[in-house]
Amino acid sequence: MRPELELISDWIRPGARVLDLGCGDGALLAYLHERRRVNGYGLEIDADNIVKCIQAGVNVIHADLEAGLEDFGDGSFDYVLMTQTLQTVRHTERLLDEMLRVGRQGIVTFPNFGFWRCRMQIALQGLMPVGKTLPYQWYNTPNVHLFTLRDFEKLCRSKHIDILQRMVLDYAHRPWRGARFWPNLFGEIALYRLGRA
Amino acid sequence: MAALSPPDSVGLVTPQTLHFDEPLALDCGQTLADYEIVYETYGALNADHSNAVLICHALSGDHHVAGYHDEADLNKPGWWDNCIGPGKPIDTREFFVVCCNNLGGCKGSTGPTSINPDNRKPYGPDFPIVTVKDWVHSQARLADQLGVRQWAAVIGGSLGGMQAMQWAITFPERVRHVLAIAAAPRLSAQNIAFNEVARQAILSDPDFHHGHYYDFGVVPRRGLMIARMLGHITYLSEEGMRAKFGRELREGRPNFNFDTEFEVESYLRHQGKAFVDRFDANTYLLMTKTLDYFDPAADFDQDLSAAFHRAQAQFLVVSFTSDWRFSPARSREIVRALVRAGREVSYAEIPSDYGHDAFLMPIPLYHDTLRGYLMRVAHEVNPDAP
Repeated sequence: MRPELELISDWIRPGARVLDLGCGDGALLAYLHERRRVNGYGLEIDADNIVKCIQAGVNVIHADLEAGLEDFGDGSFDYVLMTQTLQTVRHTERLLDEMLRVGRQGIVTFPNFGFWRCRMQIALQGLMPVGKTLPYQWYNTPNVHLFTLRDFEKLCRSKHIDILQRMVLDYAHRPWRGARFWPNLFGEIALYRLGRA
Repeated sequence: MAALSPPDSVGLVTPQTLHFDEPLALDCGQTLADYEIVYETYGALNADHSNAVLICHALSGDHHVAGYHDEADLNKPGWWDNCIGPGKPIDTREFFVVCCNNLGGCKGSTGPTSINPDNRKPYGPDFPIVTVKDWVHSQARLADQLGVRQWAAVIGGSLGGMQAMQWAITFPERVRHVLAIAAAPRLSAQNIAFNEVARQAILSDPDFHHGHYYDFGVVPRRGLMIARMLGHITYLSEEGMRAKFGRELREGRPNFNFDTEFEVESYLRHQGKAFVDRFDANTYLLMTKTLDYFDPAADFDQDLSAAFHRAQAQFLVVSFTSDWRFSPARSREIVRALVRAGREVSYAEIPSDYGHDAFLMPIPLYHDTLRGYLMRVAHEVNPDAP
């Protein structure tokens, strides 16, 4: 995770106000606070994770992302983050809209279903992909939507969301040069910085 | 022979009383010329007086929040003993813990049962109705006397949580952290309705005598008992009641009369009767009014976030899933206002079947949440500690 935290941190202006959707144990916010002096909140639904955030001194608010972000005003955050969360929510479009309503910019990461191993597993074995970034079986996965880089970019275009920056990472969350030329085939994790004019 | 209190207890404690001569102007327009506050403290105040924690009690609570008054009777610890003591979430090795009986109470602080200096008789119904703000002002004077300039934390559940929030609004620079548990930004019409039925039960008891029952050597037992029974229904959840009592009949079969038949009836009557022996009806009336009047947003154009804008404290808000008296939605109102005011806040919604009473229960996730938060507070005020 460490390289991914560093990459996200590089994208964030020091002292920014940040909202982290699905903040888990608060590791990203703690890291950003330490490295970038950001302030803000994490939203999380899992009670054990909430205790971990509180122990770590991260401001965390129990919330169900499916209910939207109505407690937060327009443009009240510099960045809204969603790491490995977008594929777990049912109302993808609405959450993207909410993200860019509440935040001036959005930062999103998700597992790329177009990664060559995923394609191979379906094409050759006829099985739903299971791997390092998709470690679940089809019947116990928390992921309700699976999509590729191209799928995501198509959605962004149709919703007039600007892609300000993109990186693709390998399974260990490290940037991989080889994926630059064919990211939808060689990238395992996608990292996007989004905005809306 | 005195039994030994458990090692994680604050042990034997003795309430203390402070007399205040400086008149206290109350929200209602009246002034208390002088008054007494009874309180308890546990743990030690550190060198720079920065580790003091104030616990605010709820409707029927008092200053005896932890430990024992009589080591021979270990069945009666303070009302939040499971949370306060050495090694407990509110750790008395780290904090100097203070809890007082609020003005208008009946456990030693000046209230309706105290003697009115004007006529040498108990105040009774003539004791002024005090507000949460009045309490906070009286608690601030207690803090002055104890040498506490700023609380490391003000902590309370239910009506206690309302005092904790009011502290951050009234004395922004005197509170570092607020822990508001199972609270609400103000009562709903339904909350007030329940309070009104409780009050009517007391007011319509023939033994009430317009509040001057002390003069007649009686207490409005039936009214106070019904008020408490009604209160208890709102403290429990439907699930919790079903699990605890179900529809069990005490004698296994219906008797077709109005005696105590169902276990839940027996429980409520027991709670009601026990309460009458330890609580004053005028205090109960007063405290329900204090609840009804609490509305910090009213001073800020009905804008709760404007009220919190002046606060400097960091907040922990906690609610319980089955609490329908002050439901999680009410806590989320508090959180929303704090977020909009740009305050630092964390919010935990604890799964529980205990209803509103959950804030007094040693629910592991709940206590872990308090412990985790307060460990960081302890580190702030005792940075040299291991």
